[in-house]
Amino acid sequence: MTDKFDAIVVGGGHNGLVCSALLARSGKQVLLLEANEQVGGAAVTREFADGYSVSACAHLLYNLQPSVTKDLKLSPALASENMTTVALDVDGEHVRIRGNSVLGAKEGDAETYKAFHKRMTRFADLLNTYFNKTPPRLTKNFKDLLTLGQLGFDVRRLGKTEMEAFLRLIGMNIHDEVVERFDCPVLKGAVSLDAVLGTHLGPRSPNTIMTYLYRLAGDHGRVASPMGGMGSVSEELARVARDEGVTIRTGKPVKRIIVENGRVTGVEAEDGERFDSLTVVSNADPKRTMMTLVGARHMETGFTRRMHHMRARGNAAKLHLALDGLPDIPGMDKNEYGERIVIAPTEDYVERAFNPAKYGESSPDPVFEITFPSFRDESLAPTGKHVLSAVVQYAPYELKGGWTDEARQEFESAAIRVLEEYMPDITQRITASELLTPADIEREFHITGGHWHHCELTLDQFLFTRPVYGAAQYRMPVDGLYLCGAGAHPGGGVSGAAGRNAARAILSREKAA
Amino acid sequence: MSVYEVPQGRLKTPFYDRMRAVDTINSWHEWKGYTTPDELYCGETEYFALRNSTGVFDISPMTKYRITGPDALDYLDRLVTRDMRKIKPGRVAYAVWCDDRGQVIDDGTIFHLKEGDYRLCSQERHMAWLTAAAIGFDVSIVDETHDVAGLAVQGPTTWSILNNMGLEGLEELKPFGLTHFDFEGTELMVSRTGFTGDLGYELWLAPEKAEALWDALFDAGKDYSMRAIGVHALELARIEAGYLAAYVDFLPSHATVRTGHTRSPLELGLGWLVDFKKPNFNGRRALAEEKRNGSTWRLVKLDIEGNKIADSAYIFGDSRAKKKSIGFITSAAWSPVCKQNVAIGTVRTPHGEVGSNVWVEVYYQREMHWNRAMAKATVVDKPFWFPPRRGATPPEPF
Repeated sequence: MTDKFDAIVVGGGHNGLVCSALLARSGKQVLLLEANEQVGGAAVTREFADGYSVSACAHLLYNLQPSVTKDLKLSPALASENMTTVALDVDGEHVRIRGNSVLGAKEGDAETYKAFHKRMTRFADLLNTYFNKTPPRLTKNFKDLLTLGQLGFDVRRLGKTEMEAFLRLIGMNIHDEVVERFDCPVLKGAVSLDAVLGTHLGPRSPNTIMTYLYRLAGDHGRVASPMGGMGSVSEELARVARDEGVTIRTGKPVKRIIVENGRVTGVEAEDGERFDSLTVVSNADPKRTMMTLVGARHMETGFTRRMHHMRARGNAAKLHLALDGLPDIPGMDKNEYGERIVIAPTEDYVERAFNPAKYGESSPDPVFEITFPSFRDESLAPTGKHVLSAVVQYAPYELKGGWTDEARQEFESAAIRVLEEYMPDITQRITASELLTPADIEREFHITGGHWHHCELTLDQFLFTRPVYGAAQYRMPVDGLYLCGAGAHPGGGVSGAAGRNAARAILSREKAA
Repeated sequence: MSVYEVPQGRLKTPFYDRMRAVDTINSWHEWKGYTTPDELYCGETEYFALRNSTGVFDISPMTKYRITGPDALDYLDRLVTRDMRKIKPGRVAYAVWCDDRGQVIDDGTIFHLKEGDYRLCSQERHMAWLTAAAIGFDVSIVDETHDVAGLAVQGPTTWSILNNMGLEGLEELKPFGLTHFDFEGTELMVSRTGFTGDLGYELWLAPEKAEALWDALFDAGKDYSMRAIGVHALELARIEAGYLAAYVDFLPSHATVRTGHTRSPLELGLGWLVDFKKPNFNGRRALAEEKRNGSTWRLVKLDIEGNKIADSAYIFGDSRAKKKSIGFITSAAWSPVCKQNVAIGTVRTPHGEVGSNVWVEVYYQREMHWNRAMAKATVVDKPFWFPPRRGATPPEPF
């Protein structure tokens, strides 16, 4: 059977859902094919132990774009919003960060942080403007030149001092900045962690200020936890997409994108079923899309080489613990279990955690971003019981010797040992656990390299060159093929920006044609 | 006491000792790591041997890649602009390959040795690009530059000499054909190819048998006034034949920094090598756009009035050079065999249509004093030297 659609979206991650909904709204017949049984991609909620559910991959909302929620009239129910970050101190002298305020840090740090936060959010706002636009190319195209000129103007408009600061900081590492500004080790560690979460970067790696700005760009660093886990956001998106008339088929992995005479003509599913369309939009990561689904022989050598060398080595693992009760965290208030908790006691601790990853080894002393989603959302665990959901770094995708059972056990034990330092009774509380390494994330969510952002967030893979030069405007060098996932501009996180921008790029291209 | 010879400086080709034995003037230069002769006794004598009998030129330094594997054909078909499916085993294809912007990286010849077994020969080295082009293809690329000795045997009497040497049946070999012989227990590959625009062959075999081949060849040709030749004689012949030289008539795009200084195959008069019927090849998108919008440059072959060689001359659209130049000469020579003042140049479109006239600003020196002449030139279509014997099968015996 072959059906003819105006557009086929490969992959039902949140960006794929946003893109398909917007395409359908402008009157297109859209088919969305998702490999898994559930839409949402890495933004899903699923049961990991009997009675315990968790956001399987992404667990916090921090940059869902207002443009997306407005366009699609989304209003995800939140279990908690504008969460405080509680940065744990091993002696119980925890630091609380919320907006521009810091509590519990050293004297003077609160004032410095306020100034730091003000500058960073200003820079982040500047970037965020461009997150909702197709990045310009250096061509004679008027629209591109206008966007480019606007970017230059916006940078200049920061004022001389701030413009210089922006240009100086954007390529710098977060370590140098926090060391220069703050005294409190826990604060330095927490800010460093925010800059490197989800990347294959340490605080001393170049352009980690840029990644920090990326995190702030969405909502000034405010994080929220959706009611029912991240899957509820995806479900709402799927509902909107269906309402707009998108045909969604789950459990339908795509084997290849069919290219004939230099243009796409449809897709073929793993089971052999073919779907025809002259427009194919891929929510899969750039490497999978181009190297696997399309294939090198349909691309030119220079482009293939850039795609091949695109860096996307995931380094963040996800740890889920089923607990028979909340663990004791000395020094932390009872109501703070609903907040975002991080373990990154110093900036050097974070860097040291990264060190082994450079050599293909996992961290013996990892860093954490922890939530207890069940604290404010009883649907996720049996009554009185709780779920711990943590991003644990670093667990390199390309682990030396591979992610064998022993390697997984070793990393999980290291993680629990570190948790124990801050939550002495955690081990007794665990009734079940699940560790998702980047290799598991790759397998389960079909993300090459298991990287949050599909494509490392570094300056050479950012804006005009994301994911690679020649593919930064959603349109691939195969006619009719587009990217709409995290690997496209602006990047990962549950933001919907890539999906929205891609839909707009497709529609404006059709208008021009 | 013995002194070890350390491999440093220029490499010697397998034919080095034989060339040295006939060399009387010791004028050599570097060619991709090897030493290669400018001239061995007298460039002009060598040239006339080449055009009137047989000239022998050592092409061992030529870059050679062996390309094999299940995807070898698909790989080459995407690499180069022409349709490689038409090149059957036993055939050789002149080809050009481009980067993604449709700019020429290099030109060369691809020998389809046996089914799915290819050798690519070029002047420049290309391992990095060939390796990048292999991503996603099941193909093996081996550099065999140093493992294959090559000898170009060119000129009207070449078939007779090779026939004397015992290569039976060679008369049936058509231009751009290749065949294999046994030479003293080693495989000798003979292709009817060359860089002189005349009847000629190229001989390829293992370096160990190189000297034996040289001896057998010169023994078979002892009555033909054949000569070993250097680059000067060959350079003159290739300009007469209208062949392009990398770094002279075009700049390999990987070696070019400034935009606009590279050339597309369409701009080099190689449009006949670009097959847009192929769904994909490197540079296709850019070249298709160039074809739609028109090229910036055009390669021209010029027949220039007078006898002053137009080396590096500017080309103008009018005789008094009032307006800006429209291009420049890249190769120029007085052709003894054509009795013509010839040149290859590059001009901006729409200038340089075949049959049109342009003016060449020639500077020449007379006893230290420089003079300038504006010479009228006609854009010609065909190579300057294109004798019927080049394509005659069987070739005329001597």
